[in-house]
Amino acid sequence: MHLQSIAEHAILISFQDEKDLSSKLISYKKEITNHTNLPIIEVVIGYCTITIYFDPFKTTHQQLKMKLQERMKSFDVLKKEQGTVHQIPVCYEEIFGSDLSTLAAKHNFSIEEVIERHTRPIYRVAFLGFSPGFPFLMGMDQSLSTDRKDKPRLEVMEGSVGIAGAQTGIYPSSSPGGWNIIGRTPISLLSFRNNKPTLFQPGDQLKFYAIFKSEFDRIYQEERNTHVNRDY
Amino acid sequence: MSIEIIEEGLYTTIQDKGRIGYQSYGFSVSGVMDEFAAVMANLLVGNHDQEALIEMSFIGPTIKFYNNAIIAITGADMSANVNDQLIPLGKPISIKEGDVLQFRTAKTGLYSYLAVKSGFDVTEVLGSRSTLVRAQLNGILGRKLMIGDTISLKDSFTVDRSMEWRLDPSLFNYISQSSHIIRYIRGPQFDWFDHYSFETTDWTTSTQSNRMGYRLKGTAVKRKNQNQLLTEATTFGSIQVPANGQPIVLMADGQPTGGYPKIGQVAKVDLGKLSQIRPGQLFRFQQVTVEEAIQLLHNRYQLYLQLRLFINEKWAGVSL
Repeated sequence: MHLQSIAEHAILISFQDEKDLSSKLISYKKEITNHTNLPIIEVVIGYCTITIYFDPFKTTHQQLKMKLQERMKSFDVLKKEQGTVHQIPVCYEEIFGSDLSTLAAKHNFSIEEVIERHTRPIYRVAFLGFSPGFPFLMGMDQSLSTDRKDKPRLEVMEGSVGIAGAQTGIYPSSSPGGWNIIGRTPISLLSFRNNKPTLFQPGDQLKFYAIFKSEFDRIYQEERNTHVNRDY
Repeated sequence: MSIEIIEEGLYTTIQDKGRIGYQSYGFSVSGVMDEFAAVMANLLVGNHDQEALIEMSFIGPTIKFYNNAIIAITGADMSANVNDQLIPLGKPISIKEGDVLQFRTAKTGLYSYLAVKSGFDVTEVLGSRSTLVRAQLNGILGRKLMIGDTISLKDSFTVDRSMEWRLDPSLFNYISQSSHIIRYIRGPQFDWFDHYSFETTDWTTSTQSNRMGYRLKGTAVKRKNQNQLLTEATTFGSIQVPANGQPIVLMADGQPTGGYPKIGQVAKVDLGKLSQIRPGQLFRFQQVTVEEAIQLLHNRYQLYLQLRLFINEKWAGVSL
């Protein structure tokens, strides 16, 4: 464990990579956020790090580092928190999965085989980053690893499910992107109604299942009509 | 009580101090690029220093007022004029119902700020009135302002005596300077790089720079190792160095996590100065310690306090 001051208002704690580190980081974050009276603004998780943003006029870097170290030493991760399990429908048809057939050909798989390998694992949300609500997922079948596209698309549609390197992910909003797009989910990953604006939280688990386009359309309408109101 | 956007400008948005507490959900903090200029505009009209205001980038908009108002403009000089009469920067100005406020292309700097007394009546999203991009948010906080947008004002003001005070223009010298020093503190992967070449290079920004990031051009920063970084937190001012050695500084709309190693972090007090640097202008980086950077920030906040006292005293003599 290594602590570094990285900004006027930020301390980075780096950890050695180990099994289940990601769930430990989530527990550490909870411990730091909930059980201290320190002037902490926010704690952001990475793959092997947590970053603590704080008010530098209410404590010093040295003091905060000492207190954080004390906390971490005395803190024991007793149980691995499971998090919510999400069932995420994905339509893998060609209209949405524009790179699916190319990706399948690259690996000498049939399209069905790619879908089977993508829907089999239970994925774990390590953390959210890159863009609002974008989940960094762990657990992809490594036989599906595929390099990013040479030329990023100017617009990847909201809900697109993609593969880049050893990663799979979902675009919560339309944006430029270089991931290989294999399908699309009708589920809305963002909502601005409450102070938990994203569907996924770090530590959550998710499983994909394949749906037809007709089912996609139905769920898409339902999602947009019922609980999402994003007009301001 | 409202204003209407008659011409958009290049990239005009509503911003405040930023969206605090949502980086772990993937949200950028956002907020104003040049905090000093934005705070000055708010103080001039007697607002809270973090009130939402309009940020304009390089080419300003044209705005029609449907009520009397008091405004202040700071930051880049975009030749602001009311009904074709040039108006000064850094000074409270009375606007009459029907007036047209026009901005042109910035003569120096890039970002300009328009504050109205009492502020804009815009609903907060996740605790902030900063424009939220890449989040599928509908409405004027989800995009740049466009022709035909109307923004409500919280109140209208008519002044019966002129407001003859203004800020010392030298406070804004950092915008018009021809060469710049940007102070930075060591980043988490500082040791991965040859910082000597980083600090002796004359850097410029590329035209592909925006509120998300400034792409720098200069002698490539040399790597000392081939370590791979796993994605970790980034913030406004993080100096990332991709494989080609040409740094990218994350700006106000920068992503909250990133996988490029970071040689440094721009000192908070110099983020505004960096924001105002135009493509082609030269600047260098100079290292300071975290403690020095915090002291500089403390001094900056003291200056805000002093100016607030000075301006409050002036407002006390004005009847509205």
